[in-house]
Amino acid sequence: MKGTVRFVQGNEACVEGALYAGLKFFAGYPITPSTEIAEHLSLRLPEIGGKFIQMEDEIASMCAIIGASLTGCKVMTATSGPGFSLMQEALGYAIMTEIPCVIVNVQRGGPSTGIPTHVSQGDVNQARWGTHGDHSIVALTASNHQDVFAMTVEAFNISETYRTPVVLLLDEVVGHMRERLVIPEAGEIPIVERLKTSVREGVDYHPYLPREDGRLPMSDFGGVHRDNVTGLYHDMWGFPSDDPSVVHGLIRHLIDKIENQTNYLTRYKEVGVEDADCLLISYGSSARSARHVVENRRRRGERYGLLELQTLWPFPHELVRSKCANARYIIVVEMNTGQVCQTVRLAVDRPERVFLANRIDGEFITPTDIQGMLHLIQGKGL
Amino acid sequence: MERSRFVFSGSGGQGVITAAIILGEAAVLYENLNAVQTQVYGAAARGGATRSDLIISDSEIWFPKVVQPNVLVCLTQEAYNKYSPIIRPGGLLIVDAHHVQIGRRVDAVQKELPIYQTVIDKIGEPIVFNVCMLGAVTALTGVVQPVSIMKALKARVRKDLLGVNRQALDLGLELGGKAA
Repeated sequence: MKGTVRFVQGNEACVEGALYAGLKFFAGYPITPSTEIAEHLSLRLPEIGGKFIQMEDEIASMCAIIGASLTGCKVMTATSGPGFSLMQEALGYAIMTEIPCVIVNVQRGGPSTGIPTHVSQGDVNQARWGTHGDHSIVALTASNHQDVFAMTVEAFNISETYRTPVVLLLDEVVGHMRERLVIPEAGEIPIVERLKTSVREGVDYHPYLPREDGRLPMSDFGGVHRDNVTGLYHDMWGFPSDDPSVVHGLIRHLIDKIENQTNYLTRYKEVGVEDADCLLISYGSSARSARHVVENRRRRGERYGLLELQTLWPFPHELVRSKCANARYIIVVEMNTGQVCQTVRLAVDRPERVFLANRIDGEFITPTDIQGMLHLIQGKGL
Repeated sequence: MERSRFVFSGSGGQGVITAAIILGEAAVLYENLNAVQTQVYGAAARGGATRSDLIISDSEIWFPKVVQPNVLVCLTQEAYNKYSPIIRPGGLLIVDAHHVQIGRRVDAVQKELPIYQTVIDKIGEPIVFNVCMLGAVTALTGVVQPVSIMKALKARVRKDLLGVNRQALDLGLELGGKAA
């Protein structure tokens, strides 16, 4: 890959990815371990004519990016668990009103203020179900800086394509560590721009009337069209409605536009999955330790494989089922009490093959931790 | 090349984390190697024993932390007491003679270098203590070329401080060279 080589933190890789994707507005409230994202954007955004605002809290931050997105900007906020909790109500509003935005959660240990400077992956299910009501969400993750960059660009592209919030679930280890990042030249990664309505001034614009391809063109708020935005169930004009057919149509649309696209939204990497006797499934920084184990075992001729998930939601059930079909046992490596492990058990045939290798003490899971789990399983004679 | 696993330890403010970052930059930006740097975050980073891990390799690095360093640098007694037991057998232990009194013997080549004293005597500015240490580490390990460290310093350090940094690096290279 051509481009500029940098030696940076994962948080900075996220900043570079966001700017590459066209970020123009950031509102946030600094919180460890995501602070460097706000810090770098406070320097970089003004240089390109963008806006950086440090808000009074995370509720306001989320509301500010929603407002800015409506005016036509690509927007992002960054936080960690406690801030992500505060953002849930407005996140639901963005889902309901179909406003493109990217929310970065650099995970630390929770619940509550938890353990600020230590790693965790405990917010996976919060990303899925943190806001109330039936809904769907896209959540992406990454284990190295090149992928953090790529997944940040993906997050913007997906949020613009499907008019949906996208959660980028990083973690303290990936956010804080430094490694090589090659920033691609402009044009190397495709960028999805905001789809704007072609309806002219003075002609009725229907903000929630889909085109033939299902996409909803937007009109910049405060521009030439009359436009209503509400968190209530709404019709194609954006006005509140309790008509059962409108309500049913909207909830189905909000869920189907994401769940029906699961195959298109699934991003993953794999090593040695085809012939794997023992398949490790991991994501985020945990996948680095899992990869370490898999590479070592394969060098010794043992049939180990790794499936690294980069799309966590919508969960790639089909992919996981097919990749796990021939494995004798499956180990999910994560730093929580089994949030992805539970979902993998639902996805695969013979879920008794699925085991959890985890760590929940704030320390980074090591290859030795994973090997310990492997020894236990092998001791059971599986 | 053999994979080099460094742990730089000392107290907050001595610049051990910056030193690890500069060495990582030298490896990645100017020698086309891979490097991963991590550090301890938290209250310990302000005054207590602090630590930064750096792995340099010509192949991909997955697990980003150092469990057993080949090269351990301790710039305070507290850091030495805490981290000297984790050194990889046969590794290289570098301590600053002014700050550290070597106690128990470990299975490693031990180098007590007058880094701090040299910086104070020859330059008079303790702020380049970490760069002098980096010079000694570079001379003793040969992990990167000194010129790459200098390039990394040029890109990172304020122009009016480049002179003292260059001087500190040279002093460190000399100290390391003599001790090799």
